[in-house]
Amino acid sequence: MLKLIKADLHIHSCLSPCSDWDMSPKKIVQRSVEQQLDLIAICDHNTAENVAATMREGDHQGIVVLPGMEICSREEVHMVTLFKNAEDAMEMQHFIYKHLSGNNQPEVFGHQVIADEHDQVLGENPRLLIGATGLSLMNIVKKTHDLGGISISSHVDRPSYSLIGQLGFIPEDLQLDAVEVSFRMPLEKARIEVPGIEDYPCITSSDAHFLHDIGKVWTEFMLGAPSLEELILALAGKNGRHIVN
Amino acid sequence: MLVKDLVERFELEVAGGQNGLDREVTEGYCGDLLSEVMGNAPAGCVWMTVQGHQNIVAVAVLREMAAIVVSGGQNPDAETIQKADKEGIPILKWPDSSFRLAGQLFSAGVGIPEAG
Repeated sequence: MLKLIKADLHIHSCLSPCSDWDMSPKKIVQRSVEQQLDLIAICDHNTAENVAATMREGDHQGIVVLPGMEICSREEVHMVTLFKNAEDAMEMQHFIYKHLSGNNQPEVFGHQVIADEHDQVLGENPRLLIGATGLSLMNIVKKTHDLGGISISSHVDRPSYSLIGQLGFIPEDLQLDAVEVSFRMPLEKARIEVPGIEDYPCITSSDAHFLHDIGKVWTEFMLGAPSLEELILALAGKNGRHIVN
Repeated sequence: MLVKDLVERFELEVAGGQNGLDREVTEGYCGDLLSEVMGNAPAGCVWMTVQGHQNIVAVAVLREMAAIVVSGGQNPDAETIQKADKEGIPILKWPDSSFRLAGQLFSAGVGIPEAG
């Protein structure tokens, strides 16, 4: 039986340098439950080291957490990538780390905290996670698909780090699964005002960096269950699965 | 000045769009945000950018540019070169920054009306 699933598919944890210290796996899940979300995704910049802990906490509190990453391409375009399980996300992370150079300067960019589901700090990631990878967009989308994941172009309505801002328009041969509109613009308005997105499935996500931003906006899907497999069907409009609004 | 004159004078590497080397250069432009370049680059310009994505060719066609210089030692993608060949937009490579080439182009009279 199909049901309405309320999803926020772009949330940063305390591992993203620009994110708040309070964005621990445990607190993210707590806040998501309070916001009555059924499905969330953890998408830190160029890393997935906090996804497994958040997924475990999600299991504990009864909410589905998808493992993801917000990858910065060499064109400096941000792309949300989502995977079926933590192993696939870690394989993507391994690929990304091979193409990411530089070391973080916490006093300039912020701390990059690896935490477990009990709010224990396990360490800090030393890499320059805020940087751009050396990978082309095409390459990122291909690798994501090879791993059974999906690629969603981040905040297409924004001037910075967005596909349209950086590259002027959506390249026709880029196999995007969806585009994401930020909280700043209602989906209906974006479909009219952002050039070229009308041909793609459009979702909206909070891109939360602070607890109070989680669930600020969300997308409702009609799904059989809150899972990546069902999400893929909904984005393609198959088997009765679809984006509701 | 023609694109081929620029190539010779500044020892630029021609990576694609050979068939457009006789295009005339009347202006210069620098920018890496394609959404901005699409709206502002002048016709007949040589455009310096670090972006190597294929969309640069479409932007050059749209703005009726003379040529694109991929600067900073960056490499244009394979699809970019294919598109450049098809459209006849020369893609030139420059190992140093856009700033360094822009300075030299300006000294050579590119973008200065009276220098013709």
